[in-house]
Amino acid sequence: MHKIPITPIMKPSEGSMGSTGTWRIVKPVVQHDKCTYCLQCWLHCPESAIVRVDEERKIIIDYNYCKGCGICSDVCPVKAIIMVEE
Amino acid sequence: MSTIKILTGNYAVAWGVKLSRVKVIAAYPITPQTTIVEKIAEFVENGEMDAKYLMVESEHSAMAATIGASATGVRAFTATSSQGLLYMHEMVWWASAARLPIVMAVVMRALAPPWSIWNEHTDLMDQRDTGWLITLAENNQEVLDSIIMSYRISEHEDVLLPSIVGLDAFILSHTLEPVEIPGQDLIDEFLPPRPPKPFTLNPENPITHGGIVTPEYYMEFRYLIEKGMENARRLIVEVAKEYKNITGRWHGDLVDEYKCSDAKILIIVAGATAGTCKEAVDVLREKGFNVGVLRLRYIRPFPSSIVRERVSSVKSVVIIDRSYSFGGGGIIGADVASSIYGSNGGPLIHDYIAGLGGRDIGVREVERIVEETVRAMESGEKGIKTLWFDLKREVLE
Repeated sequence: MHKIPITPIMKPSEGSMGSTGTWRIVKPVVQHDKCTYCLQCWLHCPESAIVRVDEERKIIIDYNYCKGCGICSDVCPVKAIIMVEE
Repeated sequence: MSTIKILTGNYAVAWGVKLSRVKVIAAYPITPQTTIVEKIAEFVENGEMDAKYLMVESEHSAMAATIGASATGVRAFTATSSQGLLYMHEMVWWASAARLPIVMAVVMRALAPPWSIWNEHTDLMDQRDTGWLITLAENNQEVLDSIIMSYRISEHEDVLLPSIVGLDAFILSHTLEPVEIPGQDLIDEFLPPRPPKPFTLNPENPITHGGIVTPEYYMEFRYLIEKGMENARRLIVEVAKEYKNITGRWHGDLVDEYKCSDAKILIIVAGATAGTCKEAVDVLREKGFNVGVLRLRYIRPFPSSIVRERVSSVKSVVIIDRSYSFGGGGIIGADVASSIYGSNGGPLIHDYIAGLGGRDIGVREVERIVEETVRAMESGEKGIKTLWFDLKREVLE
């Protein structure tokens, strides 16, 4: 048996439920012509499923993990993210 | 080069923090602590300290931010008092169990109601079970020195537990005394940058700590905190000696003794009141009373074996407890009584630590506990002993 560390430490890995993107019933879609790259969506996403591409000033949604909660769409100040049914 | 300044206890804290090259300070003002963080803010603002100063919306957030900073591996500090400390209490537990070597100054103030800003120790004593090392200073010089020494002790890999430096409201916090400020070069040598061990938060290699642990292992993590406390007993002595070598100053280690060697009456006390007691001892000795002062410099870890030894050589003991546990009694009184239990008979006491974090205590376990105690009694064991029941030794070491 391994010795335990002095406080419990966990490393990020895929959860036991696998890719959680399959839970989604609505999906966020980015309208890139409206997006100002303010990154409010990136900041608020509870799943860290929004990826920044700083060179292109563009966000990409990781649909493998996005659960479709809609927070990104809600916080977007220019309504650049719309929720569409799967 | 060391210099002498006339400082309040609160400013002595701020100077200790500056000399320790603390990198993050998060705090919320509360009387009588406020001038500590005001002075530090001034140091940061005028460039005398290279640190990030976070103004937060509450003490709970102050400790949370300090925990976050410390988890990234930097030296972090906060200070509070009384109601603020109680508001912070949830996070105080988190800091120690996450094994983060934070140092916090607590300017000890009474709790409301009735509303009071004046001195007593109940706010600090309320933290005594949290796994923080807790020291109480007698004077402003010790306040400054204790902040610096506390980082050394807390950051040692055998300890990795946070420290509270307690100072009495107004008696120290707002009273001016001459304080020697050691040279920065001296302190840089004594207190090098914080070692990165055993883990730090780093976005390149993300980790989470403090996650859920099932009843199978929770208790072992608790035992490791106690082990850190036990190691701290040794470190407190070693660090005090080393600090004396570089500064020439000795405030005591776990305890500070005054005229104890021939004493027949012992005063046990903590904090600034000890200074008054020492004056009183001189007066009382002139009147023919053989009195000495045993100042508890630390109340966690509690200096049990020293207390036991000193108490056994006197005829009576006076405890001055500046706090109270309602329905229980004097807090230091209870710890002293527990330390000396058994030196004059009484039944064997086995104090079992069992069932932490949801581990089951069944009838079989109770049977084993009783049978083990009976065997110990029959083999002549006496006094009081704390036993961690059914620890998984194989995962500890």
